Order: sequence, then C-alpha cells, then structure tokens
Amino acid sequence: MGFTLEELRKFRAEKKAEFRNLPGRTHYILTCGGTACQSNKGEELFNALNDEAKKQGLADKVQIVRTGCFGFCEKGPIVKVLPENNFYVEVKPEDAAEIIDVNVKQGKELTRLEFKRPDGTPEPKAAKGGGHAELPPIGFYQKQVRVVLRNCGVINPEDINEYIANDGYLGLEKVLFEWSQEKIIEEMKASGMRGRGGAGFPTWLKWDFARKAPGDVKYVICNADEGDPGAYMDRSTVEGDPHSVIEGMITAGKAIGSHQGFVYIRAEYPLAVHRLEIALKQAQENGFLGKDILGSGFDFDIEIRLGAGAFVCGEETALIQSIEGNRGMPTPKPPFPANKGLWQKPTIINNVETLANIPVITAKGGAWLAAMGTEKSKGTKVFALTGKVQNSGLVEVPMGTTLREIIFEIGGGIKNGRKFKGVQTGGPSGGILTEQFLDTPIDFDSLTANGSMMGSGGMIVMDEDDCVVDVARFYMDFCVDESCGKCSPCRIGTTQILKLLEKITNGNGEESDIEKLDRIGKAMAKASLCALGQTAANPTVSTIKNFKDEYLEHIKDKKCRAGKCKKLLSYAIDLEACIGCSLCAKKCPGECITQLPDVPAGKKKAPFVIDASKCLKCGECFNCCKFKAVVRV
Amino acid sequence: MACQCATTADDAKFPPDLVSFIDDWKVKPGCLIMILHKTQETFGFISRASAEQISAMTGISLARIYGVITFYHFFKTAKPGKYKTSVCLGTACYLKGGGDLIEEARSILGIAPDEVTPDGLFSIDEVRCVGCCGLAPVMVVANETYGKLTKDKLSGIFDTYREKG
Repeated sequence: MGFTLEELRKFRAEKKAEFRNLPGRTHYILTCGGTACQSNKGEELFNALNDEAKKQGLADKVQIVRTGCFGFCEKGPIVKVLPENNFYVEVKPEDAAEIIDVNVKQGKELTRLEFKRPDGTPEPKAAKGGGHAELPPIGFYQKQVRVVLRNCGVINPEDINEYIANDGYLGLEKVLFEWSQEKIIEEMKASGMRGRGGAGFPTWLKWDFARKAPGDVKYVICNADEGDPGAYMDRSTVEGDPHSVIEGMITAGKAIGSHQGFVYIRAEYPLAVHRLEIALKQAQENGFLGKDILGSGFDFDIEIRLGAGAFVCGEETALIQSIEGNRGMPTPKPPFPANKGLWQKPTIINNVETLANIPVITAKGGAWLAAMGTEKSKGTKVFALTGKVQNSGLVEVPMGTTLREIIFEIGGGIKNGRKFKGVQTGGPSGGILTEQFLDTPIDFDSLTANGSMMGSGGMIVMDEDDCVVDVARFYMDFCVDESCGKCSPCRIGTTQILKLLEKITNGNGEESDIEKLDRIGKAMAKASLCALGQTAANPTVSTIKNFKDEYLEHIKDKKCRAGKCKKLLSYAIDLEACIGCSLCAKKCPGECITQLPDVPAGKKKAPFVIDASKCLKCGECFNCCKFKAVVRV
Repeated sequence: MACQCATTADDAKFPPDLVSFIDDWKVKPGCLIMILHKTQETFGFISRASAEQISAMTGISLARIYGVITFYHFFKTAKPGKYKTSVCLGTACYLKGGGDLIEEARSILGIAPDEVTPDGLFSIDEVRCVGCCGLAPVMVVANETYGKLTKDKLSGIFDTYREKG
C-alpha cells in the first residue's frame, strides 16, 4: 500500500540517515549506469565488482550502486568510491579485483586509476567525507552547478527509496497539501523558469493558460523525444533520475487540474524507457501515482507512449498527433495546446529538463532558482558538450556562463592542439558561433540575438578541420529527411537549399547562390507552419553570415580549406619528401599510385606519384604517410 | 485473377503475447503506434501480412496503418539482417568521421542501403544520434555499442559476429 503523508515523512527521515551510511558497511562504490558508460563495458564492470566483493568476502562491507550519468563521458566508465570520494576514470572490468582489494580492503587509494592531468600528475580530488554528491574539483566540474543532474551519479535510479532519501517528493508534499493551484503557478513565476525544450517559453504562463482553460479533462505531456542529433541530456536525466521527472509531472497536473500524464519518449532509448517503467511502477506502488496520492485526494497517473524516430515530433502539435496514433504532422497554432491539445482537451507539454527542475523549485522555492542565471533566463542549463573538445560530456552550468568557460575551462579546450573554429548550438535549428562570441554570456536571448538558439542544448565544438559549408549541408540533409512535407515552404525550401549547398560543396557554386540561399532561408522562416521549417535555414544563414569568406572560397577558388569537401580536393605527392616506401601505393584502394622509373640522385628509392584522373579522394594515402609527403592541393 | 500478395506463405502468425497486447491496447485511443512497436519488436519488421492482420484486429484501415509506418523512420517494412547494424550520423559522430565509417562498413559487407547480406546476417542503417556523443564515432551492432571507432576496426567486429553465425 502507498504512503500517507506522515508515513512518508518518517520514512524519508529514516532513509536519509541510512543513505550511504548503512550499519556495517565501510565503503560504497558508485558506478555509472548511463548509456555511454554501459556500452563501454559498464555492465560487466558492475557485475565484476559484485563478484569480486563476494569472492574477497567483503560483500557485506561494501554496497555497490549503479547510478545515473556522472557527465564525464569522455573518461568513462567512471567509478566513485565513498567515503574517500576517490574518483576513478576509464575503469575496466579487469580493474574490479584491485578496486575491492586496495580501496575497500586496505582502505587505500588506487592511484593508477585516478584522473590525471596530461602531464601525469594527479588532479585534485574531493575531500574525504565531503558529502556523497561531491565531485572532484577538477576543471570539468568546477564551474558546474548540478540542479537538473543533482541526483545523476548520486542515487540508484532503479530504487525509489534513494530518491526519497535525497529529498525526493519533498516539494510534492507542499504541492499536494499546502499550495493552491495559483500558489504553484506563482512559485513557477517567481522562479523565472523558461521551457528547456528550445523556445524558452515561460513555464508558468503555459501552465496558467491550461489552468484557466475550461474543461474537466486535461493532460500533462512530458516531451522526452530528444531528436536533436548531438544532444542527450534528456536521456541521461530519465536514465539517472526518472522520479524527478515524475514528480515534476504530478506537480504540473495539480497546477492545471489534470489527472492523466503521458511521457512521449524515443524508442531509440531503450535503457531510459526501461528505467522509466521501473520508476513508474515503484511510484504507483508507493502511492505517488494513482488515486488519492498520499491521502491528499488528488488523482494522477502516467502512461508511456513511444516515439518512432521523427524529429518533427518534438514540435508540440506534431507530438500530439503522434500520441493520437497519427502521422506526426504539425497543426496550425492557434488553437494552442493549452486550450485544445491532446484529443482536443487542454494540454501542457513540457520537456524533460524543465520537469526535472520543478521538484527543486517546489522544495526550495522559486526565488532559489531565480537567484541563478541572467536577467531573463534563470537557473541552469544542461549542455551536451561534444565534437572536437578535450572533455566531451554532459555539463550543467548557470545561465550566463560564457562559451569560453564552457569550452575551454570545463571542456579543457580543443583536442589535439588544433585551433577553435566555431561552436554549433541548437542543433538543426541553431547556428554556428565564432570566436568573437566566446565571451558572450549564454542565455536564451543572447543566443537568439547572435543567430543561433538554445535549442535542447547540444553544443558541438568545431576545429579548423571542420568545413562550415559541409556542416550546413549536413544539417540541411537532416532537415530534408525530417521535414514532414505538410507545408511547402519547408518541404520545398529545405530541398532547394540542400541542392544549392551540394552544388557549392561539389565545386559548381556561383556567387549568386549565396543570395539565393539567404532569400529562401528568409522565406522559410516567415512562411513555414512550424518551428522546424521556421528554423531549418538557421545553420545555413548563420554560417553565411559568420563564414562568408569560406563560402566564397568554395565558389570562386574551388577550395575547401578544411579538406572535407572531397570534390574540391586533390592529393599529390611531394617528390622531395617521398622516400619511396610504397606504403601509400599499398593502401590505395584505387590503385592509382605508382612509382617513378628513375631513382633521383641522393635517394635510395624512386618516389611515387598519384594519377589524379583515377584518384578516389579517399585520403588513405594522406593518413598513412609518415613523412608528410602526401599533400592536399 | 485476384491479388495474392496477402496470402503468401509468410502470412503473419502472431504469437499469443502479441495478440493479447493488441487486444489490451486496441480499446485505447491512439493505440496504433504502440501496437506497431510491439509488432516490430516481435518480428524485427512489419510485413504486409502483419499490417493486414493489425488492420483486421483493430479495424484501423490498412491505408492509415501504412501512412503511419512510412512516416516514422523507426518502422521497417523489410526484414533486417540478423545482426542489425546502425552507424550513428548524429552531428558529433559525423564530425568525427561517421560518414566514412558507414561507407567503409557498406563496402566491407558489399551491401547498399536497405540491403541485407546474402547470408542474412547484416544490414546497415544510418541513425541520427544514439546518445553516446562522448564516444563518437559510434556504431551499434545487435544492440552492442562500439565507440571511438576507426575504419580499420570494422572488419574485425563483423568477423566476430560472422563466426557466431
């Protein structure tokens, strides 16, 4: 049977006292159970640790917990050992025996696995006994503030008790027993929370529209259809802390007077779906979902609906169509979903990250969140920092942090000593920002003002080896694929832009194409039915604005400085540098590299040459030559 | 002569759990996509015969069912290889050479998009982001994820599956 309010309070106090403080246990080993680490032998590692603990007779001394994502995906799998707060990186299943022996049995640190600087000296670590959620004070974590990810890497997402022990469902007590609908919305307003799904619409306003909309049947939808290629914060949140999303949804339900919620989640995220199913079941069993929640008289239930791989279904009206079992094509707004949404009933749709913020707002008050961030964007934002950056991973920073801090301090700068070229934010709806924007504080409005957007929070760092025209083409290819085809500005516009970009990357571009691209982009922004079409030209338009010289280089000089556009590229061998080792000729799949007949004076072997007419431009010769004799021309 | 495309030997035989799943769901509004998911989970794809049987069981017209199947990338109408391979072409993977990986993988296996190797073992799809951007570039073979991949590792990976048969 489920909890009553008093029982819950008593249970929480007990569990809190016991959390990572069980009688008889000396150590706690936390292993990352996020998708990235799991696929990197994390599962085997978890099992190996358990087996070793048994084998070494320490099974009752150590608790081994599979948590959500630590965010530091670059160095995964991550293992943290409490109470010492030892932080091990790139741990393999084979290391399990040593961790148990050295760290648990002998109580020493296993220095071999700790995170080190590039010069081999150890990075500082979190103080012993400094709290179970403490993360090492390394560059990657120092500027981060984990609000949404507060439980990721801390609790076992498959155990509701651990969520409760960490102030889970604490805010819900207020929501159900003390606060009126108006009061909930007032706190949301005070928090300054704006939707994290991309557009940044004030959450309280959305809720208030739905609350005021007449009708007995209303719906709450959680949008977990994270379709932006290069963003995975929603997946990690659901995998690492599913109950905070559930608590957020119950709160939203109470605020607008809804009794049914849906989580629309990508079928491509099986682990997240699995964890969510477990969490929903546990929430139902413990009385947080269903009839008369905690004895408050409020009913609310949640059902899972699977997405099926359509980017456009991130758009509210398309998502509703999809839950209704139709092709996911957007409908015109108004009517807005808050008035006529799912099955024509008032509906609010909030993104995972937005919902995961709600329990903190209700527990700590709106003002607590509002104290963080910039004037118009409050709280934190989670970014998936990827691309050519040293430390890829999931980072959460207060709004207003600069790109430089994110990329160079948290991300550790560009990989392989290459030069920073730009950073893509907002995925297929965003743009590429250049070096001059590195010191701009990041929030919803500053990104939009600079021709990009927050989007869901993908942040892809590019270096000088990346071609911006090719990246614009990549995103447009994606949009052509994902355009639902309902409205012609989007359907035709994306195709035409793609054709023009391909023409340019193939070396047939004309100067007038740039103006054409810009004109089509503007028309799409004005005339498309939904946000997909309205923003699809952003990557193209923003790169034309910020990197016009590169477009002109492709068009006039037929050159791609990054060497990405193969049609504009040819390879040659520097006869002076070539020592005649024949490696390139052996590697060449086109058999177009041959040796010259004569051995020049001063050389042991004759150099090789490339027959440009047969060259496939695969780059194998360029990559394999140890003497830098193969050059791009 | 009447059309015989629906009554061939591979007439879908729905296992009991799929039948009961459909019976449970068909009364709920918006059930079609969930039913298609379960069907694909059972067979690996949605055949014409399966679609017809779903239509007969739910009363949803075949035209609408195909409208939905073809709209969503996730649903497949052709049988994939035993070891379904997905090469990620999300942005992070693309920048780190995902495009070259898929070309190489297809050339190693000698198959074009939407084709299956003659032994029925492999088919290759490009997918948009499997959510392991930290491990880019990424390939998934039969739900096993391979991260930080390079082209020279591909044949070895395929060989291990080929040995399993």
